[in-house]
Amino acid sequence: MDTATIANPIRSSLGRDSAEGSVVVNIGPSHPATHGTVQIVAELDGEKVLRTDVHCGYLHRGFEKECEDHTWHNLIPYVDRLNYVSPLINDFAYCDAVERLMAIEITPRCRYLRTLLSEYSRVVDHLTCVAAALMEMGAMTAFLYLVMVRDYMYEHLAALTGARVTHSYGRIGGLARDLPEGWLVRLEEILVQYEEFVGRVHALVDRNRIFIDRLRGVGTITTADALTFGCTGPILRSTGAPVDLRKDAPYLAYAELDFDVPVGIQGDNYDRYYVRMREMDESVYMIRQLAQMLPAGPINVDDRRCTFPEKTLVYGQIESLINHFKLVMEGPSVPRGEVYCAHEAPNGELGFYLVSTGGGTPYKVHVRSPSFVHMGAASRMLDGGQLADIVPTFGSINMIGGECDR
Amino acid sequence: MTANDLGTLQRELVPAAGPASVSHGTIVLVLAPGELATTARRLRDEFGFDLLLDVTAVDWPNDALRFEVVHHLYSTAHRVRVRLKTRVGAAESVVDSLCALYGSAAYMERECHDMYGIGFRGNRDLRPILLYEGFEGHPLRKDYPKLREQPLVAYREG
Repeated sequence: MDTATIANPIRSSLGRDSAEGSVVVNIGPSHPATHGTVQIVAELDGEKVLRTDVHCGYLHRGFEKECEDHTWHNLIPYVDRLNYVSPLINDFAYCDAVERLMAIEITPRCRYLRTLLSEYSRVVDHLTCVAAALMEMGAMTAFLYLVMVRDYMYEHLAALTGARVTHSYGRIGGLARDLPEGWLVRLEEILVQYEEFVGRVHALVDRNRIFIDRLRGVGTITTADALTFGCTGPILRSTGAPVDLRKDAPYLAYAELDFDVPVGIQGDNYDRYYVRMREMDESVYMIRQLAQMLPAGPINVDDRRCTFPEKTLVYGQIESLINHFKLVMEGPSVPRGEVYCAHEAPNGELGFYLVSTGGGTPYKVHVRSPSFVHMGAASRMLDGGQLADIVPTFGSINMIGGECDR
Repeated sequence: MTANDLGTLQRELVPAAGPASVSHGTIVLVLAPGELATTARRLRDEFGFDLLLDVTAVDWPNDALRFEVVHHLYSTAHRVRVRLKTRVGAAESVVDSLCALYGSAAYMERECHDMYGIGFRGNRDLRPILLYEGFEGHPLRKDYPKLREQPLVAYREG
């Protein structure tokens, strides 16, 4: 096949070799050293990066368009695939947004379980990000330690939800199912393993000359720049600003938990690494509190607008049968209105802007994804650095294609 | 933010007496297209709304003013959200860009331009971002057929 006929699908804002003696190169869209399909057009002077033009969209699949053609329930598997490293947080943020439109208050057990699982997902997400970022700098051992613990967690989540990655576990008004027997016992075993291996990674990396040289003072962004470019999550906190929705606008059960918001000092790659490592410790601390606080009781609200009736009732009672059919065929009836609901996802503020005109299908679903906004800020962190620093800096931004490109 | 503050915001920011309300904890201001840039500037400089979180639009094809451009802002100091809604017609679907105020506007306005064809006066870089060069139409408009395909590389036979 003649590949030369496939044109570059983007038009770079940088001309060909614009400045005197500089050269323009394409990094990506498919490059072995970037996790995620993204194209960085960089103007280089030798090894120095003069300007970059960051392009995403290679994973665009029309998520928002697709949402307008499905019932509110049917979107749950789709929102899983936004940030596919921590899908439970997407599920819960989406369900929370719909529940606000419907004025539903979830049960206490559901509220604590969602909080626990959100924090568990945050640990999984940060483990993945840190492991990948370290591996890209050659740290195979640290990568294996972290990914091994992550895999325990994936298997453990599979025992709860039936799937390792795309869990589809949230439900409007509750959760798909309750904890299986012994789940919390295994949870504590995994947390002990987590402490052991994250401790080893701290020992390998924190004061390692190679990593300090590669990370300290690289990819720096100031608080003012981070704010004007819309950065949230670990990127904003690494600059020293303690902005965290779990503290600032507590949702779920965060108001009842004791935890700190770790912040960095100068907003460079090292601070982003360290903020993520510390956040995981805080998450584990929260998970242990939540495991103690977890109340008994139902996990789904008793609301016929969204919760499916018991199977035995569906088979034995005409009202429940009709109820089940209507929920499947027409979807939950969500009143007219609009809502913006944001949760603190591992990468920053994950917002769902929903517009309903009444009925079982959304009129509009828009996702405010942290990764997409951070791609707009990426140039600020890459410009002026070294070509080789693009990889660790990009890794520390933790762009997730699924939520960035939608 | 209390009802009092909302009153202040409304008095100060909505001279045309457009409606302001609180919806699910978010202050909603309905603006005329000419007021968007000045209101956003005042929100940033006087009321501390330092994060422009999101730019999108809603398409109401049966309305005279078809598009509702929606901005979400957040104040990290006051922990308050505000939503700006600006209605524009299909013939003149252009609003002012907020690029001069917020760096994040550049990328998000590009996405909104991709998806709805909204123009942003003052944003000089409205190249496609999620779509590709040469993509026809704006997929999130209600009249864009969901099943329409525009493959960049032609499907192979067989």
